[in-house]
Amino acid sequence: MESLLDMTGGLLLVAGAAFLLLGGLGLWRMPDLFNRIQAGAKTTTLGTILILAGTAFLHPEWGFKLLLIGLFLLFTNPLSSQVLARAAHRRGIETSPKTSVDLLADSLSEQDMPEKLPSEKTLSDKGIEEKS
Amino acid sequence: MSSKTELKPKMRDRAVLFATLLLFWIMLNGTLAADSLIIGILVSLIITVLFCSGLSFFTEFRATPQAFAAGILYYIYFFKELIKANFRLAAIVLSPSLPIKPGIVKVRTKLKSRMGRLMLANSITLTPGTLTMEIDGEWIYVHCVTVESTDIDEATAQIVAGFESYLEVMYG
Amino acid sequence: MVETLIAFAALLTGIAFLFALLRFIKGPSTFDRVIAFDVLTVVSITFIVLSALIEERGIYLDVALVYALLSFLGVIAIARYLEGRF
Repeated sequence: MESLLDMTGGLLLVAGAAFLLLGGLGLWRMPDLFNRIQAGAKTTTLGTILILAGTAFLHPEWGFKLLLIGLFLLFTNPLSSQVLARAAHRRGIETSPKTSVDLLADSLSEQDMPEKLPSEKTLSDKGIEEKS
Repeated sequence: MSSKTELKPKMRDRAVLFATLLLFWIMLNGTLAADSLIIGILVSLIITVLFCSGLSFFTEFRATPQAFAAGILYYIYFFKELIKANFRLAAIVLSPSLPIKPGIVKVRTKLKSRMGRLMLANSITLTPGTLTMEIDGEWIYVHCVTVESTDIDEATAQIVAGFESYLEVMYG
Repeated sequence: MVETLIAFAALLTGIAFLFALLRFIKGPSTFDRVIAFDVLTVVSITFIVLSALIEERGIYLDVALVYALLSFLGVIAIARYLEGRF
Protein backbone atom coordinates (compact mmCIF):
# COMPACT_ATOMS: atom_id res chain seq x y z
CA MET A 1 0.00 0.00 0.00
CA GLU A 2 2.77 2.33 0.93
CA SER A 3 4.77 1.62 -2.19
CA LEU A 4 1.88 2.10 -4.64
CA LEU A 5 0.94 5.55 -3.29
CA ASP A 6 4.59 6.51 -3.16
CA MET A 7 5.27 5.37 -6.71
CA THR A 8 2.24 7.28 -8.05
CA GLY A 9 3.41 10.37 -6.22
CA GLY A 10 6.96 10.03 -7.50
CA LEU A 11 5.81 9.56 -11.09
CA LEU A 12 3.55 12.61 -10.84
CA LEU A 13 6.54 14.60 -9.57
CA VAL A 14 8.64 13.54 -12.54
CA ALA A 15 5.81 14.28 -15.01
CA GLY A 16 5.34 17.75 -13.54
CA ALA A 17 9.05 18.45 -13.67
CA ALA A 18 9.12 17.29 -17.31
CA PHE A 19 6.39 19.80 -18.19
CA LEU A 20 8.33 22.54 -16.40
CA LEU A 21 11.37 21.59 -18.47
CA LEU A 22 9.30 21.83 -21.67
CA GLY A 23 8.13 25.24 -20.52
CA GLY A 24 11.70 26.39 -20.02
CA LEU A 25 12.61 25.06 -23.44
CA GLY A 26 9.62 26.85 -24.98
CA LEU A 27 10.61 30.06 -23.24
CA TRP A 28 14.03 29.74 -24.83
CA ARG A 29 13.00 28.63 -28.33
CA MET A 30 9.88 30.66 -29.15
CA PRO A 31 10.50 33.55 -31.56
CA ASP A 32 8.58 36.40 -29.95
CA LEU A 33 7.33 37.59 -26.58
CA PHE A 34 3.71 36.51 -26.87
CA ASN A 35 4.57 32.95 -27.84
CA ARG A 36 7.00 32.85 -24.93
CA ILE A 37 4.24 33.96 -22.59
CA GLN A 38 2.04 31.17 -23.96
CA ALA A 39 4.73 28.58 -23.32
CA GLY A 40 5.38 29.95 -19.84
CA ALA A 41 1.77 30.19 -18.70
CA LYS A 42 0.49 26.77 -19.72
CA THR A 43 3.39 24.54 -18.81
CA THR A 44 4.20 26.11 -15.47
CA THR A 45 0.57 25.88 -14.37
CA LEU A 46 0.18 22.19 -15.22
CA GLY A 47 3.71 21.32 -14.10
CA THR A 48 3.27 22.93 -10.71
CA ILE A 49 -0.14 21.36 -10.18
CA LEU A 50 1.25 17.91 -11.02
CA ILE A 51 4.14 18.39 -8.60
CA LEU A 52 1.77 19.54 -5.86
CA ALA A 53 -0.44 16.51 -6.53
CA GLY A 54 2.57 14.21 -6.34
CA THR A 55 3.57 15.79 -3.03
CA ALA A 56 0.04 15.26 -1.75
CA PHE A 57 0.36 11.55 -2.63
CA LEU A 58 3.62 11.28 -0.70
CA HIS A 59 2.44 13.34 2.29
CA PRO A 60 -1.36 13.24 2.55
CA GLU A 61 -1.26 15.24 5.79
CA TRP A 62 -0.08 18.34 3.84
CA GLY A 63 -3.11 18.11 1.54
CA PHE A 64 -4.94 21.29 2.56
CA LYS A 65 -1.96 23.55 2.22
CA LEU A 66 -0.99 22.02 -1.12
CA LEU A 67 -4.56 22.49 -2.35
CA LEU A 68 -4.39 26.13 -1.30
CA ILE A 69 -1.10 26.71 -3.17
CA GLY A 70 -2.52 24.92 -6.22
CA LEU A 71 -5.73 26.96 -6.27
CA PHE A 72 -3.78 30.17 -5.82
CA LEU A 73 -1.43 29.36 -8.70
CA LEU A 74 -4.33 28.24 -10.89
CA PHE A 75 -5.89 31.68 -10.55
CA THR A 76 -2.88 33.97 -10.48
CA ASN A 77 -0.57 32.35 -13.02
CA PRO A 78 -2.69 32.96 -16.13
CA LEU A 79 -3.71 36.33 -14.74
CA SER A 80 -0.16 37.67 -14.48
CA SER A 81 0.56 36.36 -17.99
CA GLN A 82 -2.45 38.21 -19.33
CA VAL A 83 -1.55 41.46 -17.61
CA LEU A 84 1.98 41.17 -18.95
CA ALA A 85 0.80 40.43 -22.51
CA ARG A 86 -1.57 43.37 -22.44
CA ALA A 87 1.10 45.72 -21.11
CA ALA A 88 3.58 44.51 -23.75
CA HIS A 89 1.10 45.03 -26.55
CA ARG A 90 0.19 48.51 -25.33
CA ARG A 91 3.87 49.42 -25.29
CA GLY A 92 4.14 48.21 -28.87
CA ILE A 93 6.44 45.21 -28.45
CA GLU A 94 7.13 43.73 -31.88
CA THR A 95 5.53 40.48 -32.88
CA SER A 96 7.52 37.93 -34.83
CA PRO A 97 7.43 38.19 -38.66
CA LYS A 98 5.53 34.91 -38.76
CA THR A 99 2.52 36.68 -37.24
CA SER A 100 -0.24 36.61 -39.82
CA VAL A 101 -2.90 38.86 -38.33
CA ASP A 102 -3.18 41.37 -35.48
CA LEU A 103 -6.74 42.54 -35.02
CA LEU A 104 -5.95 44.22 -31.70
CA ALA A 105 -3.39 46.56 -33.26
CA ASP A 106 -5.83 47.21 -36.09
CA SER A 107 -8.60 48.22 -33.74
CA LEU A 108 -6.22 50.43 -31.74
CA SER A 109 -4.79 52.21 -34.77
CA GLU A 110 -8.32 52.91 -35.95
CA GLN A 111 -8.93 54.81 -32.74
CA ASP A 112 -6.21 57.10 -31.48
CA MET A 113 -2.73 55.68 -31.12
CA PRO A 114 -0.68 56.22 -34.26
CA GLU A 115 2.66 55.44 -32.62
CA LYS A 116 1.66 51.81 -32.17
CA LEU A 117 1.43 51.01 -35.86
CA PRO A 118 3.69 48.00 -36.36
CA SER A 119 7.06 48.97 -37.77
CA GLU A 120 7.99 45.55 -38.96
CA LYS A 121 11.61 45.41 -39.97
CA THR A 122 13.96 46.70 -37.30
CA LEU A 123 13.20 44.65 -34.24
CA SER A 124 11.65 41.61 -35.88
CA ASP A 125 14.90 40.91 -37.74
CA LYS A 126 16.61 40.89 -34.40
CA GLY A 127 13.97 38.43 -33.23
CA ILE A 128 15.14 35.94 -35.85
CA GLU A 129 18.72 36.23 -34.71
CA GLU A 130 17.70 35.65 -31.13
CA LYS A 131 16.04 32.38 -32.01
CA SER A 132 19.11 30.21 -32.47
CA MET B 1 -41.15 44.60 -0.81
CA SER B 2 -38.67 46.45 -2.96
CA SER B 3 -36.46 47.35 -0.03
CA LYS B 4 -36.40 43.71 1.01
CA THR B 5 -35.21 42.52 -2.40
CA GLU B 6 -32.58 45.26 -2.25
CA LEU B 7 -31.35 44.14 1.14
CA LYS B 8 -31.43 40.40 0.71
CA PRO B 9 -28.67 39.86 -1.88
CA LYS B 10 -26.46 42.23 0.11
CA MET B 11 -26.71 40.11 3.24
CA ARG B 12 -26.19 36.98 1.18
CA ASP B 13 -23.04 38.53 -0.35
CA ARG B 14 -21.66 39.28 3.07
CA ALA B 15 -22.39 35.80 4.34
CA VAL B 16 -20.72 34.18 1.32
CA LEU B 17 -17.66 36.41 1.63
CA PHE B 18 -17.37 35.70 5.36
CA ALA B 19 -17.63 31.94 4.80
CA THR B 20 -15.01 32.03 2.01
CA LEU B 21 -12.55 34.01 4.13
CA LEU B 22 -13.05 31.79 7.16
CA LEU B 23 -12.58 28.66 5.05
CA PHE B 24 -9.29 30.05 3.71
CA TRP B 25 -8.16 30.87 7.24
CA ILE B 26 -8.90 27.36 8.47
CA MET B 27 -7.12 25.82 5.49
CA LEU B 28 -4.10 28.05 6.10
CA ASN B 29 -3.92 27.15 9.77
CA GLY B 30 -4.73 23.50 9.36
CA THR B 31 -6.28 23.32 12.83
CA LEU B 32 -9.65 23.88 14.43
CA ALA B 33 -8.18 25.01 17.77
CA ALA B 34 -10.32 27.56 19.63
CA ASP B 35 -7.84 30.44 19.73
CA SER B 36 -6.94 30.45 16.03
CA LEU B 37 -10.62 30.00 15.15
CA ILE B 38 -11.61 33.06 17.20
CA ILE B 39 -8.94 35.21 15.59
CA GLY B 40 -10.04 33.96 12.17
CA ILE B 41 -13.68 34.82 12.83
CA LEU B 42 -12.70 38.30 14.03
CA VAL B 43 -10.46 39.05 11.04
CA SER B 44 -13.00 37.68 8.54
CA LEU B 45 -15.72 39.77 10.17
CA ILE B 46 -13.64 42.94 9.97
CA ILE B 47 -12.77 42.35 6.31
CA THR B 48 -16.39 41.54 5.50
CA VAL B 49 -17.68 44.71 7.13
CA LEU B 50 -15.01 47.02 5.71
CA PHE B 51 -14.38 45.73 2.19
CA CYS B 52 -17.54 43.92 1.11
CA SER B 53 -18.31 46.28 -1.78
CA GLY B 54 -14.77 46.02 -3.14
CA LEU B 55 -14.79 42.24 -3.05
CA SER B 56 -18.22 41.74 -4.58
CA PHE B 57 -16.84 39.71 -7.49
CA PHE B 58 -16.15 36.88 -5.04
CA THR B 59 -19.83 36.41 -4.44
CA GLU B 60 -21.19 36.39 -7.97
CA PHE B 61 -21.31 32.62 -7.97
CA ARG B 62 -24.87 31.33 -8.29
CA ALA B 63 -25.73 28.91 -5.50
CA THR B 64 -28.10 26.66 -7.42
CA PRO B 65 -27.67 22.89 -7.92
CA GLN B 66 -27.35 23.41 -11.68
CA ALA B 67 -24.52 25.85 -11.07
CA PHE B 68 -22.66 23.33 -8.90
CA ALA B 69 -23.11 20.60 -11.50
CA ALA B 70 -21.90 22.96 -14.20
CA GLY B 71 -18.94 23.86 -11.99
CA ILE B 72 -17.86 20.25 -11.67
CA LEU B 73 -18.26 19.62 -15.41
CA TYR B 74 -16.40 22.85 -16.06
CA TYR B 75 -13.38 21.74 -14.02
CA ILE B 76 -13.30 18.31 -15.70
CA TYR B 77 -13.39 19.96 -19.12
CA PHE B 78 -10.85 22.54 -18.01
CA PHE B 79 -8.26 20.02 -16.86
CA LYS B 80 -8.74 17.98 -20.02
CA GLU B 81 -8.08 21.09 -22.09
CA LEU B 82 -5.08 22.06 -19.94
CA ILE B 83 -3.43 18.68 -20.47
CA LYS B 84 -4.20 18.82 -24.19
CA ALA B 85 -2.69 22.31 -24.34
CA ASN B 86 0.52 21.10 -22.72
CA PHE B 87 0.94 18.17 -25.08
CA ARG B 88 0.33 20.39 -28.11
CA LEU B 89 2.84 22.91 -26.85
CA ALA B 90 5.33 20.13 -26.17
CA ALA B 91 4.94 18.91 -29.76
CA ILE B 92 5.57 22.42 -31.07
CA VAL B 93 8.55 23.11 -28.82
CA LEU B 94 10.24 19.77 -29.47
CA SER B 95 9.91 19.82 -33.26
CA PRO B 96 13.01 21.36 -34.82
CA SER B 97 11.17 23.51 -37.39
CA LEU B 98 8.94 25.24 -34.76
CA PRO B 99 5.66 25.04 -36.74
CA ILE B 100 3.80 28.16 -35.59
CA LYS B 101 1.62 30.74 -37.32
CA PRO B 102 0.81 33.26 -34.60
CA GLY B 103 -1.80 35.97 -34.77
CA ILE B 104 -4.25 37.95 -32.70
CA VAL B 105 -7.94 37.36 -33.30
CA LYS B 106 -11.07 38.86 -31.82
CA VAL B 107 -13.89 36.90 -30.20
CA ARG B 108 -17.14 37.86 -28.52
CA THR B 109 -18.49 36.65 -25.18
CA LYS B 110 -22.05 36.52 -23.90
CA LEU B 111 -21.03 36.60 -20.22
CA LYS B 112 -22.01 39.67 -18.23
CA SER B 113 -20.54 39.25 -14.74
CA ARG B 114 -16.97 40.28 -13.93
CA MET B 115 -16.02 36.98 -12.30
CA GLY B 116 -17.44 35.05 -15.26
CA ARG B 117 -15.33 37.07 -17.68
CA LEU B 118 -12.24 36.64 -15.51
CA MET B 119 -12.74 32.88 -15.39
CA LEU B 120 -13.29 32.80 -19.15
CA ALA B 121 -10.12 34.80 -19.76
CA ASN B 122 -8.12 32.50 -17.48
CA SER B 123 -9.56 29.44 -19.20
CA ILE B 124 -8.68 30.77 -22.62
CA THR B 125 -5.12 31.42 -21.47
CA LEU B 126 -4.73 27.84 -20.31
CA THR B 127 -6.30 26.11 -23.32
CA PRO B 128 -4.46 24.91 -26.44
CA GLY B 129 -2.54 27.67 -28.16
CA THR B 130 -4.50 30.69 -26.99
CA LEU B 131 -3.70 33.65 -24.73
CA THR B 132 -6.11 36.38 -23.67
CA MET B 133 -4.60 39.79 -24.30
CA GLU B 134 -7.29 42.37 -23.76
CA ILE B 135 -10.90 42.44 -22.64
CA ASP B 136 -12.91 45.33 -23.98
CA GLY B 137 -16.56 45.00 -23.00
CA GLU B 138 -17.89 41.93 -24.73
CA TRP B 139 -14.86 41.68 -27.04
CA ILE B 140 -11.89 39.55 -26.10
CA TYR B 141 -8.65 39.74 -28.07
CA VAL B 142 -6.89 36.38 -28.18
CA HIS B 143 -3.33 35.60 -29.25
CA CYS B 144 -3.15 32.22 -31.01
CA VAL B 145 -0.02 30.19 -31.67
CA THR B 146 -1.68 28.74 -34.76
CA VAL B 147 -4.36 30.92 -36.32
CA GLU B 148 -7.15 28.85 -37.81
CA SER B 149 -9.74 31.47 -38.57
CA THR B 150 -9.86 35.26 -38.35
CA ASP B 151 -13.63 35.41 -38.73
CA ILE B 152 -15.19 36.53 -35.43
CA ASP B 153 -18.02 34.00 -35.28
CA GLU B 154 -15.86 31.06 -36.31
CA ALA B 155 -13.11 31.96 -33.84
CA THR B 156 -15.72 32.39 -31.11
CA ALA B 157 -17.08 28.93 -31.79
CA GLN B 158 -13.59 27.43 -31.67
CA ILE B 159 -12.11 29.25 -28.67
CA VAL B 160 -14.90 30.42 -26.39
CA ALA B 161 -17.96 28.21 -26.86
CA GLY B 162 -16.74 25.18 -24.90
CA PHE B 163 -16.21 27.09 -21.66
CA GLU B 164 -18.95 29.63 -22.11
CA SER B 165 -21.74 27.07 -21.92
CA TYR B 166 -20.63 26.05 -18.42
CA LEU B 167 -19.71 29.51 -17.17
CA GLU B 168 -23.03 30.92 -18.33
CA VAL B 169 -24.81 28.57 -15.91
CA MET B 170 -22.31 29.30 -13.14
CA TYR B 171 -22.09 33.08 -13.29
CA GLY B 172 -24.42 34.41 -15.99
CA MET C 1 13.12 4.34 -5.22
CA VAL C 2 10.95 7.34 -4.38
CA GLU C 3 14.06 9.25 -3.37
CA THR C 4 15.47 8.60 -6.85
CA LEU C 5 12.28 9.89 -8.48
CA ILE C 6 12.33 13.03 -6.31
CA ALA C 7 15.96 13.63 -7.22
CA PHE C 8 15.19 13.12 -10.92
CA ALA C 9 12.28 15.59 -10.70
CA ALA C 10 14.58 18.08 -9.00
CA LEU C 11 17.12 17.61 -11.79
CA LEU C 12 14.54 18.28 -14.53
CA THR C 13 13.27 21.33 -12.62
CA GLY C 14 16.83 22.57 -12.36
CA ILE C 15 17.28 22.36 -16.13
CA ALA C 16 14.01 24.27 -16.59
CA PHE C 17 15.37 26.88 -14.19
CA LEU C 18 18.53 27.19 -16.30
CA PHE C 19 16.55 27.73 -19.53
CA ALA C 20 14.45 30.44 -17.89
CA LEU C 21 17.62 32.00 -16.49
CA LEU C 22 19.17 32.08 -19.97
CA ARG C 23 16.08 33.90 -21.27
CA PHE C 24 16.30 36.26 -18.30
CA ILE C 25 19.90 37.12 -19.12
CA LYS C 26 19.41 37.40 -22.86
CA GLY C 27 16.27 39.53 -22.92
CA PRO C 28 15.97 41.10 -25.53
CA SER C 29 13.22 43.34 -24.16
CA THR C 30 12.28 44.11 -20.56
CA PHE C 31 9.05 42.15 -21.00
CA ASP C 32 11.01 39.02 -21.90
CA ARG C 33 12.90 39.42 -18.66
CA VAL C 34 9.71 39.86 -16.68
CA ILE C 35 8.09 36.75 -18.14
CA ALA C 36 11.31 34.84 -17.50
CA PHE C 37 11.19 36.13 -13.92
CA ASP C 38 7.59 34.94 -13.63
CA VAL C 39 8.56 31.44 -14.77
CA LEU C 40 11.60 31.51 -12.46
CA THR C 41 9.43 32.24 -9.43
CA VAL C 42 7.03 29.41 -10.25
CA VAL C 43 9.94 27.02 -10.72
CA SER C 44 11.34 28.22 -7.40
CA ILE C 45 8.01 27.43 -5.75
CA THR C 46 8.24 23.85 -7.00
CA PHE C 47 11.82 23.76 -5.72
CA ILE C 48 10.62 24.81 -2.28
CA VAL C 49 7.95 22.09 -2.36
CA LEU C 50 10.53 19.51 -3.43
CA SER C 51 12.90 20.55 -0.67
CA ALA C 52 10.00 20.27 1.79
CA LEU C 53 9.65 16.68 0.55
CA ILE C 54 13.33 15.92 0.85
CA GLU C 55 13.71 17.46 4.29
CA GLU C 56 10.30 16.17 5.44
CA ARG C 57 9.35 19.59 6.79
CA GLY C 58 5.80 20.80 6.15
CA ILE C 59 6.59 24.30 7.37
CA TYR C 60 8.36 25.02 4.06
CA LEU C 61 4.97 24.99 2.33
CA ASP C 62 4.08 28.24 4.09
CA VAL C 63 7.18 29.76 2.56
CA ALA C 64 6.03 28.55 -0.86
CA LEU C 65 2.58 30.08 -0.37
CA VAL C 66 3.91 33.48 0.70
CA TYR C 67 6.43 33.38 -2.14
CA ALA C 68 3.63 32.70 -4.66
CA LEU C 69 1.64 35.63 -3.25
CA LEU C 70 4.56 38.06 -3.35
CA SER C 71 5.74 37.06 -6.82
CA PHE C 72 2.23 37.49 -8.22
CA LEU C 73 1.96 40.97 -6.74
CA GLY C 74 5.46 41.78 -7.96
CA VAL C 75 4.80 40.75 -11.55
CA ILE C 76 1.49 42.63 -11.62
CA ALA C 77 3.15 45.76 -10.22
CA ILE C 78 6.03 45.59 -12.73
CA ALA C 79 3.60 45.04 -15.61
CA ARG C 80 1.44 48.00 -14.59
CA TYR C 81 4.56 50.15 -14.22
CA LEU C 82 5.88 49.17 -17.64
CA GLU C 83 2.46 49.82 -19.13
CA GLY C 84 2.93 53.40 -18.03
CA ARG C 85 -0.47 54.03 -16.48
CA PHE C 86 -0.90 53.37 -12.81
